[in-house]
Amino acid sequence: MREADRNRLIRLKPNLQRRALIYEFTRAFFIEQGFLEVETPIRVPTIAPERHITPFASDSWFLSTSPELHMKRMLAAGYDRLFQVSHCFRSGERGRWHNPEFTMLEWYRVAADYRQVIQDIERLVVALVGKLGFGNQIKYRGQAIDISLPWPRVTVRDAFLQAAGWDPIAQPDPLRFDTDLVTKVLPSFVPSRPTVFMDYPAAMASLARLKPDEARVAERAEVFIGGLELANVYSELRDAREQESRFQETIAQIYLGQGKQIALPQRFLEAIASLPDCGGAALGIDRLVMLLCNVDSIDEVVAFTVDTA
Amino acid sequence: MEIEDIHKNVKILIGGIPYNVDEAEFMKPGKGRAIYRLKLRNLVNGSTADRTYHSGEKVEEAHTTNFEGQYLYQEGEHYVFMNTETFEQLLIDEKLLGNKKDFLKESMVVSILMMADQPIDITLPTFVELKVKVVESGVAPKRATITPQTKSAVMETGYAMAVPAFVKEGDVIKVDTRTGGYVERVGTKK
Repeated sequence: MREADRNRLIRLKPNLQRRALIYEFTRAFFIEQGFLEVETPIRVPTIAPERHITPFASDSWFLSTSPELHMKRMLAAGYDRLFQVSHCFRSGERGRWHNPEFTMLEWYRVAADYRQVIQDIERLVVALVGKLGFGNQIKYRGQAIDISLPWPRVTVRDAFLQAAGWDPIAQPDPLRFDTDLVTKVLPSFVPSRPTVFMDYPAAMASLARLKPDEARVAERAEVFIGGLELANVYSELRDAREQESRFQETIAQIYLGQGKQIALPQRFLEAIASLPDCGGAALGIDRLVMLLCNVDSIDEVVAFTVDTA
Repeated sequence: MEIEDIHKNVKILIGGIPYNVDEAEFMKPGKGRAIYRLKLRNLVNGSTADRTYHSGEKVEEAHTTNFEGQYLYQEGEHYVFMNTETFEQLLIDEKLLGNKKDFLKESMVVSILMMADQPIDITLPTFVELKVKVVESGVAPKRATITPQTKSAVMETGYAMAVPAFVKEGDVIKVDTRTGGYVERVGTKK
């Protein structure tokens, strides 16, 4: 065994032990509320088309980029509260906060919208932090963070107007959005508190429904703590025609931009008609473990990354 | 090359000027476009710069090579080095060396960074040993202090620096080339 490999694995042990505790407490949190833990395939025939998410091919199929489509097919069949801890794969994503293979905690609850699911995240993090013995205050990279509830909510429009000087709802510009988000808006968040960043421009709705009274805004939110993008939340879109036209548009953009042809996820689209009113979240468990281990690289919370596997 | 292939210590060209990538940070909103924030160091003048790139953008790779060169002698405004493998000689302009010429002694081996057939930088050993040519003359100052007394001295290369009071002309001292500061005396004149 190589010395560097052994030393790394020995050094990571306390973080991996804490990671296992976080898994145990997270499962208990959902099971106590009547959620069913499920497993969906990691190797899949189709994925949800996303302009900026590149899948790995596996023969003519793909490695899953997200468990969303299969979990929604289960909801459409009558399951009411589901959660899953699953490995997801996204090509080219590597950095301090990214590894091409990562772990997603994904859950859905029926008869709920993104507001209730945001509260799930708040209660989950408070419960985990309490069980790990930190009280209501954690320290991340030298910054004390008060996680007491409720967390501050800020709309995408207000945060952009204040930090970047333009309104992404009135003038949608997805490319400029991503750059300004990373370089201007995220650094403007109050560092001593988590931030719920909500109400995305409709053009970035993806699988979220639009606000009933404001069609330019999607019921989508992201939660940030300590500069980490932790979770993405939707009120789920239930309109099959609308979902298909969004997918078609994304497929066309991918074809124009990258010359790649992506197939529609037909079985998912067929199931949407039966999807109940529901909300869901996708939370990057690696990032949550980074936060609760007070480390600034994903390499410190997984035993083997793409560089050490 | 694609911005996706950039990592720390790759050398790139921007407007014909070579830069070293000192840091490359990959940032990506979950469903958004990847953004690469680079901290760059200008390899010609040492200045630093921050740049932001997006996935899909291309950058020009600077094709650089390194070799070991032995410093031979100074000829006007040029310093003459010899490639220790091929024995070819190479002239480097005094301006390119900047402060580094303060530490260059004949027969010293340094690493020379080349782009195409142009030298763009040299890397000195971290520590060099220099002979003291002249020390500040006159009576040692009589100041009441507990800090070690220093005085100024000129090295064999012409470099002027502060040395402890006990250093004499003809001594050999070790100097840190990163800071230009005195480290220790390694030889004393008999």
